[in-house]
Amino acid sequence: MADIVVRAEEVIKEYRMGNTVVKALNGVNLEIVRGEYISLMGPSGSGKSTLFNMIGALDHPTGGNIYIDRQNMSQLSMSQIAWFRCHRVGYIFQNYNLLYVMTALENVTLPMIFAGLSVNERNDKGSELLKMVGLGDRIHHRPDELSGGQCQRVAIARALANDPTIILADEPTANLDMITGREIINLIKELNVQEKVTVISATHDAKMLDVSDRIVHIRDGMIERIRNRDEIKIEIGTVGGH
Amino acid sequence: MARELKNQEGNSLVQHDQGKIGQQIELPFVESVRISFQSLMIRFWRSIITTAGIALGIAFLVSVWANSEIGEAMKASGRTDQITSFEEEESTGGISIKDRWLILMSLIVCVVGIANSMLMAVTERFREIGTMKCLGALDRFVVRLFLLESGFQGLAGAVVGALIGCIGSILLNLKDYGLDVFFYFPFFPAVGDDGSVRYGVLLIILGGSVLGMILAVIGAAFPAWRAAKLPPAEAMRTEV
Repeated sequence: MADIVVRAEEVIKEYRMGNTVVKALNGVNLEIVRGEYISLMGPSGSGKSTLFNMIGALDHPTGGNIYIDRQNMSQLSMSQIAWFRCHRVGYIFQNYNLLYVMTALENVTLPMIFAGLSVNERNDKGSELLKMVGLGDRIHHRPDELSGGQCQRVAIARALANDPTIILADEPTANLDMITGREIINLIKELNVQEKVTVISATHDAKMLDVSDRIVHIRDGMIERIRNRDEIKIEIGTVGGH
Repeated sequence: MARELKNQEGNSLVQHDQGKIGQQIELPFVESVRISFQSLMIRFWRSIITTAGIALGIAFLVSVWANSEIGEAMKASGRTDQITSFEEEESTGGISIKDRWLILMSLIVCVVGIANSMLMAVTERFREIGTMKCLGALDRFVVRLFLLESGFQGLAGAVVGALIGCIGSILLNLKDYGLDVFFYFPFFPAVGDDGSVRYGVLLIILGGSVLGMILAVIGAAFPAWRAAKLPPAEAMRTEV
């Protein structure tokens, strides 16, 4: 049996807007295998970001269950959820969400502070991670002194701070140009292959397709279809075009 | 782009562990103080503006109050001939009604002003709060950081404000009473001849400082607590 790391079971999410109830997710079932690179695709408003937030414990579903490592997320206490976010998941966002008052190193070491690492441990590990993403010479720069691509690298280093099992990337390339975007995708793919980190990425960037193991198409809060890597290969010539 | 994902010893940097979900640990207090202090220092000018908001509110309150206090003391000293203010006839022993009204109004202005400064300062950082929660911060880490920050700001702002207010009212009264202000200066709390209680300027400064700090902390704690309670996804969506 495959090693399932994330399992979504009939996940429903409703938002209340005034008197009307909007269904962002309408019964999503999904299994993600450990070490997979999954892309969630769909037009904006399709519910892909909502599903992404549910998997990362950034929001709670209205109905259904999410299991991560066979643990039902809705049964966790506040403190366990904080621990889970701190140790199990690395988040990468479209707009980086770095703390702009902190240097690159401080941004990367913040989750380690929450994990209780000592000053020396976190500075060593933080600079090592920044070196790994290619920012070894900029660790004391603040986000406003870095380019978009560099900020996203800091965010990737930060996502790896506490050795997560899952990396969640929400449109990580949407704010970047073509070349930088590809570099970021390659970096995430490297992590996926070499470190066996499960990568779940919400995107509508076609560049993401050729590195994904599976692509989950979402429309109107439901999974429209799931395609495997070999089914996509054929299209790359027409979509990627490089 | 062949980058080395191993450290010098050749071990993988990322270590997976698939054990049980643990409990999040407490952030050491020293660490909270360091982070909040650093956060204030880095956005120095933004912090100064918030702090100035607190200082002004308290300065206004303290100056009005101290002014009335000094006026009373001068009256008690028998220097009624010098009093140029218009409320002397209405005085019914102790602080006049007009003075009470002024003090109440300045208190309201000060409360609203400080609450507004702190609300703004916290609301513009909702995204930061959401981010911290993504990285594993417990709700109470977040609230504690903001309590500390607003405490520092409140203390600094309120003390400075109280001193400015006090000095301001002394200068005003110097104009009216000359150096007699210093001879009869109502520094300590006292009971007047007619049995009315007077707080004295020292107590007003202290009271103003404590009040400013408490208001700043409450003003920050409320929105910070609300933001910390939100699911991170929602906190990060908030645009100001």
